Amino acid sequence: MKIRAQIGMVLNLDKCIGCHTCSITCKNVWTNREGVEYAWFNNVESKPGIGYPKDWENQERWNGGWVRKKNGKLQPRAGSKWRLLANIFANPDLPEIDDFYEPYTFEYEWLQKAPELQAQPSAKPRSLVTGEALTKIEWSGNWEDDLSGEFSKRSRDYNFSGVEKEIYGQFEQTFLMYLPRLCEHCLNPSCVASCPSGAIYKREEDGIVLIDQDKCRGWRMCVSGCPYKKIYYNWSTGKSEKCIFCYPRIEAGMPTVCSETCVGRIRYLGVLLYDADKIEAAASVENEKDLYQAQRNIFLDPHDPEVQKRALRAGIPQAWLDAAKKSPVYKMAMEWEVAFPLHPEYRTLPMVWYIPPLSPIQSAAEAGKMAVNNGMPDVRSLRIPLRYLANLLTAGDETPVARALERMLAMRAYMRGKTVDGVSDEKIPQNVGLNSATIEEMYRYMALAAYEDRYVIPTNHREFDENAYQLRGTAGFAFTEPRNGKSKDRDVFGGPKKMPRKPYTDAS
Amino acid sequence: MHSFINYLLFGWYPYVALTVLILGSIIRFDKGQYTWRSQSSQFLRRKQLMVGSNLFHLGVLILLFGHFVGLLTPIGFFDALGISHGFKQLMALIVGGIAGILGFIGCSLLLHRRLFDPRIRRSSSVGDILVLLLLWIQLLLGLATTIWTMDHLDGEAMVLFMGWAQGVLTFNPAAADLIIDAQLVYKVHIVLGLTLFLITPFSRLVHIWSAPVAYLLRPGYQVVRSRRLGRKSTTPVPAATSGSRPAASNK
Repeated sequence: MKIRAQIGMVLNLDKCIGCHTCSITCKNVWTNREGVEYAWFNNVESKPGIGYPKDWENQERWNGGWVRKKNGKLQPRAGSKWRLLANIFANPDLPEIDDFYEPYTFEYEWLQKAPELQAQPSAKPRSLVTGEALTKIEWSGNWEDDLSGEFSKRSRDYNFSGVEKEIYGQFEQTFLMYLPRLCEHCLNPSCVASCPSGAIYKREEDGIVLIDQDKCRGWRMCVSGCPYKKIYYNWSTGKSEKCIFCYPRIEAGMPTVCSETCVGRIRYLGVLLYDADKIEAAASVENEKDLYQAQRNIFLDPHDPEVQKRALRAGIPQAWLDAAKKSPVYKMAMEWEVAFPLHPEYRTLPMVWYIPPLSPIQSAAEAGKMAVNNGMPDVRSLRIPLRYLANLLTAGDETPVARALERMLAMRAYMRGKTVDGVSDEKIPQNVGLNSATIEEMYRYMALAAYEDRYVIPTNHREFDENAYQLRGTAGFAFTEPRNGKSKDRDVFGGPKKMPRKPYTDAS
Repeated sequence: MHSFINYLLFGWYPYVALTVLILGSIIRFDKGQYTWRSQSSQFLRRKQLMVGSNLFHLGVLILLFGHFVGLLTPIGFFDALGISHGFKQLMALIVGGIAGILGFIGCSLLLHRRLFDPRIRRSSSVGDILVLLLLWIQLLLGLATTIWTMDHLDGEAMVLFMGWAQGVLTFNPAAADLIIDAQLVYKVHIVLGLTLFLITPFSRLVHIWSAPVAYLLRPGYQVVRSRRLGRKSTTPVPAATSGSRPAASNK
């Protein structure tokens, strides 16, 4: 058993209002630079829709993620290492910038500079790639917002497989949900696997997946290798970039920018302990529908004393173990089983999980249009097809999604009874395999969602990894500073002078 | 004068070009790896690149390998194997000719795309265009040499060029004189080749050094980095605080 810890995220889609605050704050912090104007480390998609980039879920087209070979071993869907290297001169699976969108700005200055004209001056769009005026904007970062566009185009949504989608094109039958997306910081990332330079890596201490900008050579295999299309090629610098999970904030115990600014309080951050030795086996189970359970099986119970003992021995700080016990992510994924990974069938074991949306169900049920079982609406006759959610979250297995929705409905029914009628009906939680204490805890976390409950982030103990004694008084960046003659900043032009050994203060 | 210029270009310039190539690459790798990349433009425009880039790289890789082996293997080695000069010349002509044609078609596609596609043109630096233009000319010159080579298929001239290349590498001051009477087209081809070496550290060509063959040797697929493994403590931690410190990190 090799215990590692990761900061995971859960997004409660039931509460997402699609305001895009997460996307905008993320963009303003990380991607308002040349070459990544088109890139959104975090974006919010309206579903059903083909998404951003167009058709990203269609892995037959992009060859992202993993495939399980006949012998049970995993291999990137794009092919073996030899195959990937053979495609290095021209990657057949690489999306083009138009699959995202051609970034543009408007001639705002003209509105002020224009001389007296017969008509109102207008601000023409201009491409940020070529600088030329665009006659017509065909697509953008969120072109399908709130079900924009024809249903015939939006319904090419990959998650409609196995759903008779025609009826959802009718105005009265249609449904809408939001899907905020960011890098999944997978346990078995296929971007890392397909990087020929070895520039992409997963951090052992918190599981964040990063691209070493110095080591990236721009072979762009990661862009196609990531099934979530969450790696962006900076066409100006020639390097790939991705969501960094705001690691400078996480290290300091602060939530990511997208989480911090979420006005709907839908995001949760917390520690998950997992067994790194079991990753490969979990990712390569034969049946895709078992992947959700397989991933749950590698998460470790932070309350188990044996796990705690081993975790400490593996170098995980005590503060992280304490945080793991209070982790909202663990509660939702493991204890209440209401959160699910996005597209587990890609076999990457993603670590950003989603609670399926419920609200449209309730409102329809109240209108008296839906079958009712034991006072609660039957989740199988709901507005958002169960199969659609299952295609999104459990590789098509409807049972766990149905149970999660039932539990959320039970939470509402129980709390409504308690606060409105003053009656705590124990039967409601029992019907969904819970007890009233758990339901009330769910209510506290999912409905009230206080800041300190949503974000339980232990600080990163860099003091164990760097020598703070020697860091003091240094500039921190850029200069070749003496570090006892062991400077990693040494370059071909030499470095600081070697210091004599000081046996009473140096230990090495 | 002719002899002086000949010495300058084939006795002195090779050392300048190789020195800049090697030192320049090392210094750039050391000081500025952020700029070290292939700078692919496939993401902006797929058209013409899929065929162009594959043909170009395939052709050029064969040509590079062919030139290295062909020029730098001592002629005695071929003699010992019983490969006649004429046969070697013919092989070089056929293999090089085919690879040259492939590379030239690819390079023409890429150059056309770079010059006439507004997206690629506007996002190109002077260096990007210059490198491609020089490579295109170099491929054209290389193909042109085959016409003159047809006249002396006995491999006489080829042996002289081998002598020159090996002479340069073995610091033989008389190396330049070996090819003083060679046809102009060969000489221009060589000078341009050396110039490509010269500009490599200052252009995107540095990505050649980073051909990711190590990928094939990577055990498994995943890469995990730990701060703790890279950690080197040089100051003892006071005993009072060691209790809160994870045992395994004490390395």
